[in-house]
Amino acid sequence: MTIATELGTKVELTDERKAPSRLSAIGRFARRNPLGAAGGAVIIVMVLVAMFADFIAPYNPVANAFDRMHEPPSLENWLGTDQYGRDVFSRIVYGARTALLVGFASSFVGATFGLVLGVASAYFGGKIDLILQRIIDIFMAFPLIIMALAVIAIFGTGAQNVIIAITIPFIPRCARVVRSSALAIRELPYIDAARANGFSHTRIILRHMVPNVMAPFLIMITAFVGQAILLEASLSYLGLGVQEPTPAWGLMLQGGAEEYAESAPWIAIFPGIAISLAVFGFSLFGDALRDELDPKLRSL
Amino acid sequence: MSRLLKIDSLQTYFFSAAGVVKAVDSISFDVNQGETMAIVGESGCGKSVSALSILRLVADPPGRIIGGSIRFQDRDLLKLSDEEIREVRGKDIAMVFQEPMTSLNPVLTIGRQLTETMEQHLDMTRGQAVARAIELLGMVGISDPERRLRQYPHHFSGGMRQRVMIAMALCCEPKLIIADEPTTALDVTVQAQILELMKDLTQRLGVALIIITHNLGIVARYADRVNVMYAGRIIESGTAHDIYHHPHHPYTLALLRSVPRMDQPRRARLDPVQGQPPDLSRLGVGCSFHPRCGFAIARCTTQSPPLERIDGGDHLAACFEADNVARSMTRSS
Repeated sequence: MTIATELGTKVELTDERKAPSRLSAIGRFARRNPLGAAGGAVIIVMVLVAMFADFIAPYNPVANAFDRMHEPPSLENWLGTDQYGRDVFSRIVYGARTALLVGFASSFVGATFGLVLGVASAYFGGKIDLILQRIIDIFMAFPLIIMALAVIAIFGTGAQNVIIAITIPFIPRCARVVRSSALAIRELPYIDAARANGFSHTRIILRHMVPNVMAPFLIMITAFVGQAILLEASLSYLGLGVQEPTPAWGLMLQGGAEEYAESAPWIAIFPGIAISLAVFGFSLFGDALRDELDPKLRSL
Repeated sequence: MSRLLKIDSLQTYFFSAAGVVKAVDSISFDVNQGETMAIVGESGCGKSVSALSILRLVADPPGRIIGGSIRFQDRDLLKLSDEEIREVRGKDIAMVFQEPMTSLNPVLTIGRQLTETMEQHLDMTRGQAVARAIELLGMVGISDPERRLRQYPHHFSGGMRQRVMIAMALCCEPKLIIADEPTTALDVTVQAQILELMKDLTQRLGVALIIITHNLGIVARYADRVNVMYAGRIIESGTAHDIYHHPHHPYTLALLRSVPRMDQPRRARLDPVQGQPPDLSRLGVGCSFHPRCGFAIARCTTQSPPLERIDGGDHLAACFEADNVARSMTRSS
């Protein structure tokens, strides 16, 4: 402070330049990737809806109203009612919570485990890498849904188990992508320099390598959220995911599509649109993020 | 001067699908406290691998130290546990790498990278480490160190980064610094600054220095002792004066003739060393330099010359024709 004005103004200058640069970075991103920005907008709307579901939803999503079953969309029930007389719009609004919870929790946990596993595999190399990669091969041989079904069969249904079931097949997928980036970083001199400084393996992996593979990690997370929402919907549709009466999009689709596809199509159509929109939003945003952060990962 | 490091018949081999590469084949040398020693040689002669072997940083697989001993202050570094060698790295023996552009982690601030080593080895608090980091950056000639600490490596030029690397090497007050081609990637004008800085700091702080280089010009000015390596072996060893003015090995002689010298007439021709360095996985019997050697005699193809004393002093050379080589040097100059 006593060094006074010259230093003070300098600091201010850099601060001023930094604040708008972040905003203009978002602007630049939107101009370069209009589709990605649209995806981002969908995600933001979805997050807001999930956060303020209590204020947005006009009805209680689990309250049955047997006098108002199969009502078509009207001013009272914007998207109609289902077979128990529950408001479809309210259930979609609350369903966003389930979808986002399962989507973010499983993709974040799965990608984080995959990140550590992938970086460690690349760092240690040799036999450890070989064995880990073969185990990952085995896991990758199962399609996502089959793997998730197997986990559900072991742990049982329910929101928490659905998250576990979706997390597990994500781990090897993320580990593989992260490993390929980490392999390149492992050969850089600053990793040798870290070893020459006497740092432990854990420290080198977590502090020196992990921050350098953040780009593929972030891309994996956004790509996974969309997939996880779809997977949760699929599991719920098969009756193996979230259980009634919890509002979940896949569950609504199941209830509506099987019996009332012709007599009350709105029961199935609107949650279907919600699922498509959400997955679409996350895919677009993930693609744009990939183009922005790491154009090498086109094949993801 | 007391002995700090004693390397005895160190062998580091690489086991690849194509065969065994004897990257370091029985080298021995000593480094005294506060002394500057140079290891000189062409690319691929094993000088970097020797340096990495000292700290046991050779990647295994494919490389492995299969023989010899490295005694540092009466401890054999090759017999230490992983935990113990980690304590030596960065604290007792520090390293400066060749590529200043990639030797610093791009996602950590300069300050963090400096303090991290000190927190690891010296049990310093964050505040103490930061204070010392500022002092160190000032010592290596970086102005405005408080501000610089908060910056990332991409804010620094190559020469500045090498200064930071030197500060990192010095931060735990090591007894020995190994500099692996510290100036190869730098501008010529910056090279001299960096070398002066290293020489000055190591002398002031009494740190021993091993400089690995392929530039004999550096050796002449900065090193006390010089080891010339060829094909994984030391083929000549002596004081910088001995090596520069009385070379006894044809390879040293060839190296000297391939570098421009201030004390030679300006129009004197530069002679590149003829031929290619040998494939280390296919070394035959005999002297590994004989296919490129102008002094070779029949014996060179069948017998490998041992490293022997010349004039009973500290000057060693591995050549059957050492006297001949020395005479040709006096004739030519």
